[in-house]
Amino acid sequence: MKDNIIRAYGDTYNDGKIQLSFTFPVKQGLKAAEACKRYCFKLGLEDVEVVHMKDLKEGFTFFVVYAVSKESVNLDKITVAKIDTEIMDYYKINDYIKEKINRKINVVGACTGTDAHTVGLDAILNMKGYDGEYGLERYHEINTVNMGSQVANEKLIETAVKIKADAILVSQVVTQKNIHIKNLTEFVEILEAEGLRDQFILILGGPRISHELALELGFDAGFGSGTKPNEVASYIVQKVYKDSILVKGGE
Amino acid sequence: MNNKLDLDQKLISLCRNYTKSIADKVEKKIVNNTTTSVERTVLRFLGVDGVDEHGIPLPNVIVDKVRNEQKLNKGISYWFGNGLIQTGLPAQRLAEEISEGKIDLFSLPKEKNKDIIEFILEISEKKSEQIKQQVKKREMMQSKYPLGLKPWLYVIVATGNINEDVKQAKAAAREGADIIAVIRSTAQSLLDYVPYGPTTEGFGGTYATQANFKIMRDALDQVIEEEKRYIQLVNYCSGLAMPEIAQMGAEERLDMMLNDAMYGILFRDINMKRTFVDQHFSRMINAYAGIIINTGEDNYLTTADSLEESHTVLASQFINQELGLRTGLKNEQLGLGHAFEINPEIKDSFLLEIAQAQLVRQIFPDAPLKYMPPTKYMNGDIFKGHLMDGMFNFASIITDQSIQLLGMLTEAIHTPFIQDRALSIENAKHVFNSARNISSEITFNSNGKIQKRADQVLKETAELLKVIAKKGLMQSLSEGIFADIKRPIDGGKGADGVIKKDIDYFNPFAEVFSKELEIKDER
Repeated sequence: MKDNIIRAYGDTYNDGKIQLSFTFPVKQGLKAAEACKRYCFKLGLEDVEVVHMKDLKEGFTFFVVYAVSKESVNLDKITVAKIDTEIMDYYKINDYIKEKINRKINVVGACTGTDAHTVGLDAILNMKGYDGEYGLERYHEINTVNMGSQVANEKLIETAVKIKADAILVSQVVTQKNIHIKNLTEFVEILEAEGLRDQFILILGGPRISHELALELGFDAGFGSGTKPNEVASYIVQKVYKDSILVKGGE
Repeated sequence: MNNKLDLDQKLISLCRNYTKSIADKVEKKIVNNTTTSVERTVLRFLGVDGVDEHGIPLPNVIVDKVRNEQKLNKGISYWFGNGLIQTGLPAQRLAEEISEGKIDLFSLPKEKNKDIIEFILEISEKKSEQIKQQVKKREMMQSKYPLGLKPWLYVIVATGNINEDVKQAKAAAREGADIIAVIRSTAQSLLDYVPYGPTTEGFGGTYATQANFKIMRDALDQVIEEEKRYIQLVNYCSGLAMPEIAQMGAEERLDMMLNDAMYGILFRDINMKRTFVDQHFSRMINAYAGIIINTGEDNYLTTADSLEESHTVLASQFINQELGLRTGLKNEQLGLGHAFEINPEIKDSFLLEIAQAQLVRQIFPDAPLKYMPPTKYMNGDIFKGHLMDGMFNFASIITDQSIQLLGMLTEAIHTPFIQDRALSIENAKHVFNSARNISSEITFNSNGKIQKRADQVLKETAELLKVIAKKGLMQSLSEGIFADIKRPIDGGKGADGVIKKDIDYFNPFAEVFSKELEIKDER
């Protein structure tokens, strides 16, 4: 195999070794172990070893599996769109707003449509934040409105207009059924139809969101899992500043 | 337990003196007020339940009718008690007829005040007897099926569907969990009512309803019989319907309730007076029902800096203890909260955690301390997270903590999967078992980092309490003294539900509970 085509690495190049763990709704026993193996074969895995099996009671069994996957990816065929603003910390961001923008930044966020998963939204917005980084609510230079889950697109836009939002954060768990994609497209379409699209920085976040997908859907930026609040805040404040210079026609 | 850290006892008594003066001032502010939720609780105790044709709970319908006439300051028991006497109807029937507009409480003939009080007190005493029966049942079950060793393993279920919760709770209990908490649906704390009936849909949790309480209690009682071990049930007695949830928990034999004096103010922006009045009555109910309360100081550390704000946690614990004792709660019912949230990258962070945990243990020797796991520095690296949870468990067994809310390796990713919970139980069982008697083997270096850190936190706590005692708790809260959060004294949600008491205001249950809990007459 060429160096640009890769597989998972265990201890030998391109051996394809992976580990996984999951639970089956079945009582522990030989049958459970065999079911686990067959399931892994169906997932396209080979050399399946069920190294650990634990009875979780109430008819559930937990498995730890090592196996080999022959699938590979070609690095040459991958291009990733990147957000290229500088990442600042909590203090720097507040200072940046005070010094360069000289007014508070308004941000509204929601999980839209039927989505009830607020973990990601809260990680970015809640005071507590995520992985030791404070959320946007904690920033004294940012007014944050967290609308929570299952917010209709119209309601979110209405609120954004009301609070004169600089940025709208949409958090979404994209499922295979793609209903969420449709909802996201609709969101951008409403903004465009009402002539509001250029008033806001549109940010999309979620575990399966990439910057590229966000751009494709008409957002300004996309953030995937592991994103820290300061990364989002850094992007927002620099974009607000940049846009303000554009409007003024340069400093 | 040996006095292991050499703590300045004079400073501790000084803290307690400050706290007493803080609590005195709070009591003065709340004693002349009742709230819509307190009055709804009285109705629920009297036997009013169910909803009207629009799905509005009948206690809300009736209390709102009286409030809209500006007549709630005599207490709902006056109007409803008179209604019971005049109509001879059972409480539920009377409530339905009022709600349907067939009976108007204000146009009924009026019994003498004294006679209404006598009548309603008799019903209240009978009702209180039923709650005592639940306390007795708990004691009986716990003597037959003893509680596990402390620290008790506390896990959370949060599927949104009570039937699914039951499955997960039973599995966790069989795995070794001692305590099951059913997380409430997002933002239930802001509902100014209690939803009705069993529920199968919720967001990030399951609605606290009396029917759901009963379903889970029955399921756990079944596991108790089979596993021969008492499993404690927890819910959330906070938010705008705080005392109503206490009433439901008392009737359905919950064992613990999250019930903080200030959580709602700080983290849910609920009005201060509303919160203090509600927490007072709800804690009386919890005290009477033998329920252990859990306070929420851990939350300060998740929002503010855990290293710099340690003293605010201790200060708040002193305040929560004093306010709690004044409602009839015993020290054994005060599950004061704290958390393992110091940045793990800091050198000796584990020693700093030990210092705080041991400090709190020694200052509140009889309190079943509630220890919360790392959440702030959990980032999706489940392997590191599992190790951090192990360190947290180790800190707990070293310092004799009581209620161990188990950390999940998938914290910050999703609400726990069934295997996440099983892995966390296995983690805690392993650590606790392999170091079961470690605390009696440990003494602390009198010049060491742990002793010094404990001294520093205690000193800062005394300084903070002094300031709060001078300013008053409400003013201090408005200045952002806890968790860096500022709340205006007259702002917040639910302020319109605070009602000034009339001179002849009467709450029969507060009366009965006060008498039996030997709380000094608050007026």
